[in-house]
Formats: sequence, C-alpha cells, structure tokens
Amino acid sequence: MAAAVEIRGLHKSFGETRALDGLDLTVAEGEVHGFLGPNGSGKSTTIRILLGLLKADSGGVSVLGRDPWRDATDLHRSLAYVPGDVVLWPTLTGGETIDLLGRLRGGLDPARRADLLNRFELDPTVKGKAYSKGNRQKVALVSALAADVPLLILDEPTSGLDPLMERVFQEELVRVRQDGRTVLLSSHILSEVERACSSVSIVRAGRVVESGALTDLREVMDTRVVATLTDGTQEHASLPAAEVPAWVSALGPSVASLSVTPATLEDLFLARYGRSEVTPR
Amino acid sequence: MSTLALSTAARARSSAYAGTGQLLALAWRRDRVLIPASILGLTALSVGSAKATLELYPDLDSAQQGLGSVLLNPAVQALYGPVVATSIDGLAVFKTVMLGAVFTAILGFVVTRRHTRSEEEEGRLELLGAGVVGRRAPLTAALLLALLAVLGAGALSTLGLLGLGMEPVGSLAFGSAWLTAGVSAIGLTALAAQLAATARGCGGLVLGALGIDFLLRAVGDTATSPAGQALGWLTPLGWAGRTEPYGANRFFTLGLGVALAAGATAIAYRLLATRDLGSGILPSRRGLAEASRVLRSPAALVGRLTRGSVLGWLVGVAVVAAVVGSLLASVTEMAADPAVRAMLERVGGAAGSIEDIFVSTELRFIAGAVTAAGVALVLRLAGAERGGAAEVVLATPTRRSSWYAAHVGAGFTLTAVLLAVVGTLIGAVGHRVTPQAPTVAEGLGAALALVPGVWVVVGAAAALFGLGARYAAWSWGVLLVGFLLGEVGRTMGLPEWVISLSPFAHTSHLPGGRFDLTPTLLLLSVAAALVGFGLLAYQRRDAA
Repeated sequence: MAAAVEIRGLHKSFGETRALDGLDLTVAEGEVHGFLGPNGSGKSTTIRILLGLLKADSGGVSVLGRDPWRDATDLHRSLAYVPGDVVLWPTLTGGETIDLLGRLRGGLDPARRADLLNRFELDPTVKGKAYSKGNRQKVALVSALAADVPLLILDEPTSGLDPLMERVFQEELVRVRQDGRTVLLSSHILSEVERACSSVSIVRAGRVVESGALTDLREVMDTRVVATLTDGTQEHASLPAAEVPAWVSALGPSVASLSVTPATLEDLFLARYGRSEVTPR
Repeated sequence: MSTLALSTAARARSSAYAGTGQLLALAWRRDRVLIPASILGLTALSVGSAKATLELYPDLDSAQQGLGSVLLNPAVQALYGPVVATSIDGLAVFKTVMLGAVFTAILGFVVTRRHTRSEEEEGRLELLGAGVVGRRAPLTAALLLALLAVLGAGALSTLGLLGLGMEPVGSLAFGSAWLTAGVSAIGLTALAAQLAATARGCGGLVLGALGIDFLLRAVGDTATSPAGQALGWLTPLGWAGRTEPYGANRFFTLGLGVALAAGATAIAYRLLATRDLGSGILPSRRGLAEASRVLRSPAALVGRLTRGSVLGWLVGVAVVAAVVGSLLASVTEMAADPAVRAMLERVGGAAGSIEDIFVSTELRFIAGAVTAAGVALVLRLAGAERGGAAEVVLATPTRRSSWYAAHVGAGFTLTAVLLAVVGTLIGAVGHRVTPQAPTVAEGLGAALALVPGVWVVVGAAAALFGLGARYAAWSWGVLLVGFLLGEVGRTMGLPEWVISLSPFAHTSHLPGGRFDLTPTLLLLSVAAALVGFGLLAYQRRDAA
C-alpha cells in the first residue's frame, strides 16, 4: 500500500528548543493512525510541518506524494485539519465558520453538514465567542468531516468533548475508515486511540520510539496473569501470551480462578516512558 | 431561634465577601503597570496642557485675545464642554476637563470589566470560585481597584495643578470632575457585567452608554434653549463638564456621580445573587446558521470581521472633519496672534491662505490617526497567527499570499477611503461657513496627497509582520516616530535631516502649496517595496 504520509529524519528547532529530533513516521493509505505522546513531545509541530505551516530544518516529508512546504496550496485541496485548540472568530457564528472553511477548501456537502450538525448536537446560530471549548471543537470537526477529502489530520480533536459526543466522533471515524480515507489522529487519550486506530506511533522527545500495527505491538508486551488458588492465596505473573498455558498448568489443579489481562496501549505507552511494571522485550 | 437565624444570616453575609482581600491583591498584581501608567498619562495630559497654556499666555487678557472666538464656537463647546473663560486657570484646563473625564471613565470601565466579566468569560473566576471566595468578593475587589485607579487619576491631577500654582478650590474641582465620570463608569460597568454574558457585550453596553452620554452632553452644552441645556444635567459627562473648575466649582456633581454608581452597583449585586456563574441576564444574540454567499474568500472574511470598526472609523473621521470644517469660520481671528500662526505654519506649511494652512495642519494630524486604523488592520495578521485562526485558514487551499494581501489591501484601501472622506467633508462643511475655505476638490486633493506617506507606514507594518508576528507591534513605534518627526519635528526644532526620515515629511503641503510628483512617486515605491518584502519574508518563514 502506498504511504499517505512519509516522514524521514525530521528535525525542527525553535531557537534553543529542539522540538523534533530525527522523527520518522509512515501512515499507510486507508489506515487510521494514532499519533501518541504527552504534551510537548512534538506531535503538533510534526502536524504543522505536514500542513506546510512550519518549515522543517532537515529531513524528508511527503504528504499524499507532495512536499507540503512547496505545494501547500495544492495539497490542502486533499486534506482537512482539526486543531487541538480551535480558535473561532468571536463575531462569526458556528454555521458561518463551517461554511467559510468549507468554501475555502472548495465547497462542502450540505446534506453531510446538516447530518453532522444534528449528530454532534451543535447549534450553528451561536456566535464564536459564546461557544464552550467542546462546542468550538465541534465546529472544526463538522467542517473537517463534511469535507470530501482523502486525508484527515486531527490534532487532539476531542479535547473538551463529553463522552457522548466522543462516541459520535468514534462512529464518524469508523465511517471515514469505511470510505477508505486516511486519518492521522494525534491524541493523548489512549482509550480513544485503542478503539479507533489500526496502527499507532508513539513519540517521545521529538522521535518516534514505537510504531506499528496495534496487534503487533501488543504481542511484544507481556500479558498479566493472576491465579487465585483453592487455599485463597494469589499467584501473579507477567509473561508472553504464548507462555500463559504452560504457567497455568504448572500450578496444577489448585487453581480456583484465573484472570488474564493482555497488554493495553497504556502499558505500551507507559513502558516507553519508563513508568510501567510491565516491560517490553 | 431568632438569634441563631440572625447569626447565620450575618455569617452568610460576611462569607459572601470572603477572599476579597486576596482577590484585590491579585488584581493589583495584574494591573500594577496598567493603572499607574494610566494615572501618570492622565496627569501628564491635564498638567502638561495647563502648563503649556500658562506659558503661552501670561495673563487672562492675552489668553482671551489669543483664543478669541474659538471659545464661542459651538463646535468647541460640543467637543470640550463648557469653557470657563473668566480666569486664566479655567482657560488652561478647558481642553482637558472633558477629554480627561472621558479617559477616566474609560479607565474605570477597563479595570472593572477586566476583573469581572472578562475573568468570568475566560473561566479563571471559576477556578477561583472553587476556592474560599465569596460570591460577592470578585465584584467587590474589582470595584475597589477601579475606584483606586480613578481616584488616583483625579487626585494626582489636582496635586499637579496645585504644583503649577493654580487656584486650590478649582484644582480640587478639576479632580472632582474626573472622579464624577470615573465612578459613574465603574458603577455602570458593574451593572453591564451582570447583564451581558461576554466581555464584548459588556463593553458594547458601557461604551454605547458613554457615547450617548457624550452626545447628550454635547447637545446640552451647545443648546440655546433652557430645555436643551437641561440635557447637560442628565448624564455623568454632563455633570463632569458642569463642575466648571476654576469657575462655578460645583462639587455636588460628584454626589450625583456617586449616587448613580451606588444605585447601579446595588442592582449589580442583586443580579449577581440571582444568576449562574458564566451566564448573563441578557440573552446572547444569535446569528446566521449559514454564511452569506459572499463569505468565501480571505478578503470577504476581513471585511466581515472589520465592518463594525470600519463603520466606527468612518463616523469618527466624519465628525472630526465636520468640526474642522466649521472651525474655518474663526481661523482668521485665531491666527491673528503671530505665535499661533507660526505654530500652524510649522506643521501645515507656509503656503497659501491661513485657511489653507489650517486645513493642511489638521489633515496631517488626522492622517496620523487614520494611519493607526490601517496599521491596526494589518496587525490583525499577527493577532490571527498568535490566536490560531491563521492556522485554520492556511490549512485550507488558501495561499499565504492571498491571506496577506487581504489584510494589507484592506489597510491600504481603508486609509485612502478615510482620508478621502475627511478631505471632502472639510471642503464641503468649510465652504458653507466661509468662502475662504478650500473647495471640495481642493480638500479631497489635499487629503489624498497624504496617502502615499500613510501607505509607507502601513507598508512598514506589513514588512514587520512578514519578518515575524512578534515584530508586528513595532509598527506602532514606526507610526509614533514617523508622526513625531514628520509633523511635530519642526515645532520641536529638530534638524531637517532628522525630520526627512519620516515619510510624512515628504508629502505635499496642500491645499495652498505645490504638489510634488517626485517625492510622491518615491513614497509609493517605498510602500510597494515594503509590502513586497513583507510578502517574501512571510512566505519563507514559519506561519504558526
């Protein structure tokens, strides 16, 4: 499969601060790719370089086969972007903002717009200054999701959304995925990424430290097993999934109950940040 | 039972103010530059202007002669309020009583709103409210700080005027006049902050009220019928003017201001008790569910976002132009004093009739203000970049060049249109009051001759933004220095080569003088080069 986004050895510094330090990232066409990392790890800087808003110091960047710095305008016909902290024009209503951004992008589907407004329960007649954080986020989401483009770049798009609306967002992502569109979803909400994404990349201090399909990444992590024995005592272990049956049979018939927890994205993430009891091999 | 109820009520009352002291300290910490700087600025206005007048005119006779019919001109009364022409001290402050009262009112408004509705809107009050902070504490702290600010402005001015050796009771009345306007504005802002759910809405209510206030007072101060004159007693700025320092010295007007403020504040506290945090009493206005057909380009967006302030500028310059035009009737008299004429010639040039010179001078001052409008428009680029709106727009297929051109183009257009309006109106109004005034065509031509100089400064703002959003604010420095060197440089006695650094110095002195094509073309080329440089720099740098 061709890569929708391809980054090799990306460097970017702001004065003394090194934001990106040799970042590599590949997002295949048609996948929903989770871009994970805490605040300040370089996610937003990477995304702004992908959009051609920032200029890379060095490294190769290609988005949909184009150089975003040189071909920004053309490239933007094929993508929609949702920033993490959406700033609206205080005197423009949500509806006006959605229409303006859609038209600047080359038009938007009115039926899709109406459907999304309805599903996100957004009142388009409210002025930008009167929206809450979550509602501002919805304005950008509706505008991006109503666009008929092959690539969506979403930078922490759900910050400020309540759980119900987050659910709607997840459903929309499924729809986008079924349409065969590509999504780069930056987030630090691990459960969101775990549910929506087929593959993830974890950023730490301006580099990608882990990348791949979610299922493959899980396999390299130990599974946690807790066995409660007939005498009421418990046995704990962290071990590769394949070794679990052997470990259980070694305990023999004294096992009363068993709990097996496969590694979560959180384990993976914390491991990469050196904070987990479970270690990757 | 009743004792218990009483003590509970008493405790509830005192806990409503819990934390006021800490909030006041926090508010002061945030405003420790703004408030002292504003107080000093206002004091410099009152004391500096009084000192200049006292130096120019040694006694009442020479002042009355020098100012002459200006004092009787209705336009002057409309702008500055009642003039106390019976004492030299009264003439020394006639321009600053009303002007300073307006500024003091704005200071009271700004400080009160900053610590009430703005805080609430941005959610900081919620953070504080979760701590040990009584419901009435934030408003109380804001009121105390604002009161301190306007009290400081009034008191320091009084002290400064006393320092100049001016009459003590009148100097006290001067401070009292400013204070009257200040406390009234504080009370009204406290009320508006409860009514409107947003800081903008609150500002709209207060500034709107201030505008109506100024208008009623202007009518009251220029009216000839008793009923008309009574209008001047209705509103805070009217009261401030009718304090008449160094004349009637009416101190009871301060009582009127305090009573208004107390009433408004009492209602504000009542409303505060009945509404939720973050909400207002007035519903926030709804807008269009869909954008109009026109809103589809960066230029249309800039137009849509600035239409309110553009309208404000148009009305503002039209009023000023009409006043300048009507003043042409008394220019000959005013300039009978050689000192005044010399001063006018230093700014407006020595060519043509005294009316021409006067128009040229006023046009140059107005052009300074119009440049500020243009610079502010271009600086929206920097605001959008810092705020994040530029990022959203530039992630669409919008070119950086069209985003840049939309703002810079709007700045160029607005300044040219404003100057055209000013020149036309000065000619039209002036010609009605005196045949000596320049014609509409001459006025328009003279105003447009200043445009290339204005464009150089607007272009410099574009170039600075191109270098980086953080440099954009330096444009105000460019404007200030350009204006000081070019328009006031001769009055300050600066050498010619320093003056020639300013773009304004190279514009033709019209009406009356000669139109110079070469410097005009040069200025236009410089403006174009600055805009081009800004675009090239902008396209080569990070844009978020």
